[in-house]
Amino acid sequence: METIFKATNLTKTYFNKSALSGATLEVAKGKIVGLLGPNGSGKTTLLKIAAGILKESSGEILIDGKAPGVYTKSVVSYLPDVNYLYKWMKVRDSLEFFNDFYSDFDINKAKELLAFMGLEENVKASSLSKGMLEKLHLTLILSRKAKLYLLDEPLGGVDPTSREKIIDAILKNYSDDSSIIVTTHLVNDIERLFDEVAFISEGKVILQGEAEGLRQERSMSIDEIYREVFK
Amino acid sequence: MNTEFDEKVPIYTQIMDLLKRDIINKKILEGQKLPSVREISSKLRVNPNTVQRAYQELEREGITYTLRGTGTFVKEDFNMISELKKEMAKEVIVSFISGMKDLGFDSKEIINIVSIELNKEEI
Repeated sequence: METIFKATNLTKTYFNKSALSGATLEVAKGKIVGLLGPNGSGKTTLLKIAAGILKESSGEILIDGKAPGVYTKSVVSYLPDVNYLYKWMKVRDSLEFFNDFYSDFDINKAKELLAFMGLEENVKASSLSKGMLEKLHLTLILSRKAKLYLLDEPLGGVDPTSREKIIDAILKNYSDDSSIIVTTHLVNDIERLFDEVAFISEGKVILQGEAEGLRQERSMSIDEIYREVFK
Repeated sequence: MNTEFDEKVPIYTQIMDLLKRDIINKKILEGQKLPSVREISSKLRVNPNTVQRAYQELEREGITYTLRGTGTFVKEDFNMISELKKEMAKEVIVSFISGMKDLGFDSKEIINIVSIELNKEEI
């Protein structure tokens, strides 16, 4: 199967603190992979390197066969775990902003997704609740026609109904010629979405496998395996 | 369709059971087309590849067939469906009996309780 994402022995150190210490992860085309780990395990660092925002200290990372750079940025759509929209922006402005910025942005799809999420175009982004803001961010990044979507904690701090809506939006957007990496520590809510899961601890992927296979093998849910691995 | 899954067990087998139930209950008739993978996937909030796997297994078990580009259909095979019904009934009975035995009932008591309950229903 075609590999879209491949990290080999990736390390990242900040001064004397190490955020990644030899992380290895492979994601095939058409797969939804859950990158699971507690706070500070290196999930966000790994995604930031993949998004081309951070540079690895050593090891190799390839996206669609290329090292992070201009090409990979054009095929990677990244949802950071922080707000990146300007305060003055209305929802409509944020759409225009993405439309100007990314040639693969599909504004019609974005408008459709906005309606699906129950968001109004005329509202200021800064006045949105945390759940609504997350929905807007997700709308923006899912409306790009990317090969790899990196979703950093899309369910963090969001109420259960909004979580369902977010999961629905991810499923609606899924196509078998793109791949999705989702980081989360809220495993229970989203485990049915994953083809594969990778558990990351102290900067290393300690277990990667097919979600259904792990359930069968251990007679446990992914959530239970998570609790066992990180207890 | 109920979206409660037991996530300790592979989800594709549970999707298979849901569809088998629908076939036995005649919610989906012989020869009729199954919902698309996408429909089921968004309805149950499950990865489409998982649904796809359930469909492949149903076909392998001889319950459905696929027409390329058209969809998946229930076989028009009355025997298969009555076998399916027996098979699922057996699963229900086996788990019922083991549950009752866990509660300390012996075979005679189980038969007794079941017939009392069935009589109540008939009235």
